[in-house]
Amino acid sequence: MTDVRVGYYPGCSLQGSSRDFAESLHAVAKALSIDLVEIPEWNCCGASSGHMLDHLLSVALPVNVLLKAKKAGLPQVMAPCAACYNRLATASHEIATSPATKAQVESVLQTSIDKLPRVLNVIELLAQVSERIAPKVTKKFEQTVACYYGCLLVRPAKVTGFDRTEDPVEMDKLVAAVGGKTIDWNFKTECCGASFSISRSSVVGRLGARIMQDAVKRQAEAIVVACPMCHSNLDLRRGEINQQLEHKTDIPVLFITQVIGLALGLPKKKLGLGRHFVPVKFPPRPLAPPAVQ
Amino acid sequence: MSSHHESSSAHPSLAARLEKEGEVSVADCYQCGKCTAGCPAAEEMDVAPSQVLRLLQTETPKHEDRALKSLSIWMCIGCETCVTRCPQEVDLPRAMDFLRQEALARNVANQDADDVVAFHKAFLNSVERAGRLFELGMVGEYKLRTGHFFKDMGIAPTMFFKGKLGLFPHGGANKREVADIFARARAVKKESKV
Amino acid sequence: MSRIGVFICHCGENIAGTVDVAAVTKAALDMPGVVHAVDYKYMCSDPGQTMLKDAIVEKKLDGVVVAACSPRMHEPTFRRTAEEGGINPYQCEMANIREHCSWVHEKGAATTAKAIDLVRFQVEKVKRDHPLVPIRVPITKKALVLGGGIAGIQAALDIANAGSPVLLVEKSPSIGGHMSQLSETFPTLDCSQCILTPRMVEVARHPLITLYTYSELEKLDGFIGNFKATIRKKARKIDEKLCNGCGVCQQKCPVKKIPDEFNEGLSNRAAIYVPFPQAVPNKPVIDLANCTYYKTGKCKACEKLCPTKAIRFDQEDQIEVHDVGAVVLATGFKTMPVNNFSEYGYGKYKDVIDGMKFERLASASGPTGGAMKRPSDGKTPQHVVFIACAGSRDRLKGVPYCSKICCMYTAKHAMLYQHKVHGGQATVFYMDVRAAGKNYDEFVRRAVEEDGVKYVRGRVSRVYEDDGQLVVKGVDTLLGAEPVEIRADMVVLATAVQAQNDAEELAQTLHVAYDPYKFFAEAHPKLRPVETNTAGIFLAGACQAPRDIPETVAQASGAAVKVAGLFSQPELTREPIIAVVDRQPPPVFSHCVGCFLCKAACPYQAIEEEQIKNRNGDVLKVVARVNPGLCQGCGTCVSTCRTKAIDLQGFSNEQVFAELMSI
Repeated sequence: MTDVRVGYYPGCSLQGSSRDFAESLHAVAKALSIDLVEIPEWNCCGASSGHMLDHLLSVALPVNVLLKAKKAGLPQVMAPCAACYNRLATASHEIATSPATKAQVESVLQTSIDKLPRVLNVIELLAQVSERIAPKVTKKFEQTVACYYGCLLVRPAKVTGFDRTEDPVEMDKLVAAVGGKTIDWNFKTECCGASFSISRSSVVGRLGARIMQDAVKRQAEAIVVACPMCHSNLDLRRGEINQQLEHKTDIPVLFITQVIGLALGLPKKKLGLGRHFVPVKFPPRPLAPPAVQ
Repeated sequence: MSSHHESSSAHPSLAARLEKEGEVSVADCYQCGKCTAGCPAAEEMDVAPSQVLRLLQTETPKHEDRALKSLSIWMCIGCETCVTRCPQEVDLPRAMDFLRQEALARNVANQDADDVVAFHKAFLNSVERAGRLFELGMVGEYKLRTGHFFKDMGIAPTMFFKGKLGLFPHGGANKREVADIFARARAVKKESKV
Repeated sequence: MSRIGVFICHCGENIAGTVDVAAVTKAALDMPGVVHAVDYKYMCSDPGQTMLKDAIVEKKLDGVVVAACSPRMHEPTFRRTAEEGGINPYQCEMANIREHCSWVHEKGAATTAKAIDLVRFQVEKVKRDHPLVPIRVPITKKALVLGGGIAGIQAALDIANAGSPVLLVEKSPSIGGHMSQLSETFPTLDCSQCILTPRMVEVARHPLITLYTYSELEKLDGFIGNFKATIRKKARKIDEKLCNGCGVCQQKCPVKKIPDEFNEGLSNRAAIYVPFPQAVPNKPVIDLANCTYYKTGKCKACEKLCPTKAIRFDQEDQIEVHDVGAVVLATGFKTMPVNNFSEYGYGKYKDVIDGMKFERLASASGPTGGAMKRPSDGKTPQHVVFIACAGSRDRLKGVPYCSKICCMYTAKHAMLYQHKVHGGQATVFYMDVRAAGKNYDEFVRRAVEEDGVKYVRGRVSRVYEDDGQLVVKGVDTLLGAEPVEIRADMVVLATAVQAQNDAEELAQTLHVAYDPYKFFAEAHPKLRPVETNTAGIFLAGACQAPRDIPETVAQASGAAVKVAGLFSQPELTREPIIAVVDRQPPPVFSHCVGCFLCKAACPYQAIEEEQIKNRNGDVLKVVARVNPGLCQGCGTCVSTCRTKAIDLQGFSNEQVFAELMSI
């Protein structure tokens, strides 16, 4: 199996609060022969705060990252964090479509901008090597889960290129490939509150509660995500969420990389499963009756 | 696409500037309200998202002022649901970014959003200093700015023990370079305003 | 030496207010060849025309220039006057000093100078005019009507009742179109089938109408008055003469689970079927894709059981070629598929339906016999949400235009629902109510005031299913844009009206222009609404733009009158402004070298290949020839001709160059 070589942009949260995502990503990449080449001297993309307070910075910071990747000879850059992915892809889109912004960014970065590397999210990367996954499954992931895509992975469609923006299925396919069952539910792409985690955790509690309630009602045993913000809002903020719910829920929130890692038989420690607030455990079979209703 | 903007004063209207600087035409909005109907944060807002655009459509200082001073512009999460469904493809999230930046520039940001503003400022300051976000440092600054010292104290120890809270900033970024980007962005913006 | 007369019109103040007409008159007199020049207040008035006529006689003029308005306005007037004065009408030219000069420039010397130049152009042109004779072409007095919906039915009946034979071609197995599927019609709520079926029967029985159902136009050659239509009669696999429409075949057919197109998939039909009970003709057709015999080679149950032995498995498509003099396009519309509106859940939830499905649910002839039962579980919905503009006025995922009929049919649907489900609630989400027809707004108000339909101004962002209900997330913009959440039992989408899938292909077959949305284009949006830019082809109904039934019928009658008017003439006369390929004595025959670049360039297919033969019949040369019946005089061929063998009569290269050289 030849190595797939791809530029890797960890982003700040994978070095901090989402270390579990980073650990499971590296473990799975190794198992699937994906060579993640970290972009040298990468900087923060500015995330939500960048575009909210300073439009020019919100384009210049990601473009600087992409230029570094290009210099390192990386035609593709994968950003596991959905927020980083969205900023990188949006900046790239703006450079391509707005000559005015491009000129301003060029004068900020003091360089001319030519074709930028292609930006991938973790789902796209895993989809590229999907045929490698099934043969390596040692322990089928036999759980029923709700794939939660959130906002920044799928929207806006002209930037992300998801053709089913309202009802994406790419993550569901990956879960199915390792033996999991996914539910059809209503909050796949509804917002969890994203960067309001710290400044308005009440909003996160309200929005998270709607999401968890629907997933639990449809008998999901876990939520699967591909975004550090989605993860911390549904995992770290479970207390706020449960305050809003009549029936408290303790179903875990897993990164897609953790799900695949479990199916590949990788050790739990290498997948960062111990770092979750809501413990990763599944109900014994046969299935218990639904928690709500 | 293009609209004819007039303004009573010598200054161009916010709508005109938004079209020029942000490539968003508020004239395209026909007030169907689909953005508001799908907005996850609409409940937290004092002015509905579609009404924020309406305030800009009139191109009168009175209404523009209401938009800039609204809490709504700070409650927008940037989830992009509205623009994904807008039949007229009005980039409302981009308009919200523009209004936030203008509200700060005019120093009229809604005080009820102080905590939100503080968070974003703390975030960017952290990046400007270190090239990357130092989460604990950012939260520290946020607490200083807002006085919310005891908020989230409950989850902090757990985060620390689970290895989710780094005590030191990350190295690795080219600090000088990032600081230069911040500085030149300020200069470029200043220049474009003259 | 020419003797040209120039007549300058003041057009009241329209020209004289801006242009110094006296100076133009004076300048005209100095132009070589001009022997008479005069200005007058209104040249188009009776005294003005008399003045022109008298001058031709008195001054022995051999050419006339009238400097006035656009030739589109009064060229026929002055040409007729010139003819009465005794010269060839094509030796009268107009200089447009109004639209091209006085209306678009300020008063001043430069404007007057331009007027003088425009006059000089025409003087140079008229000096080089040759007498021309209008072209005469015979007319085949038989019409082809494409499409058997209400537009085609009306047009066919009107033409036939005016005394001309009609071929009515419909691609599906029965005539009737969308109107046959409708429940009641706005704004009177009379039953659609009750008013339509008598017309369908009339068509079937009319001695002058030949019906071609399950047939398509393959090709149309020729030109106005002289078309050749090639029609493919698809094989029904039935001998229509023997079949008596008893229906045994469709009862006995073992394949029963095919979604019924007529009922919009809300019920099933057999593989041999009559689309609906009142179908015209009432003859079945075998659906080859689903028939067991065509799939496996076995079955033939229908053949065994048919009492009149009318089944013909070996029947082939038939091709017929007919001469026709005029064509009426009445191919109708389709409603926009809304699968890409995934936020509304169409296709995912059975109880999210479109307007056509609702028509079948509300129709007495529909799958529920007109009882309001929702598709998922057959329960009576207690709350129904109607979403207007589902695709219309949506440039992101739908069409940017207003589909025109949805406001009215949505009001009708909501009203019908309230009539059928007492105690139920219909809520309509709308952006604007467009009800500008006779008794239309009254109808909408009736829905609100008398039937209790709730109208909410705002769009819906999302529909999802929860506990067997549909959660509709909308907004009420009249409450300062307050989000609204309704739990409904059924959602009806008012989908956009679009051109038929094959509209573009058909337009290209017929060489008819179409707009960006593939609706066929009328020749003039105001003054020639039922004509196309191709002479002899007319338009009726929703193939031109979204239309409701009254408008469709009016337009169909309008198109029929155009056809009848054409057929009332003994022969056609056409303007002789056409291209001609030169002819030279042997051995050259023509400067044309037969490259036929002109043939490829001609937008009207008017260039033919002509073989020049000697007495023995040997081909000496192949050259281009312009069919005078088809040529529209656009001049495209002239500019493509490398050997300058083609010229445009009345606008020759020589004339145009002389005009340009004059300034």
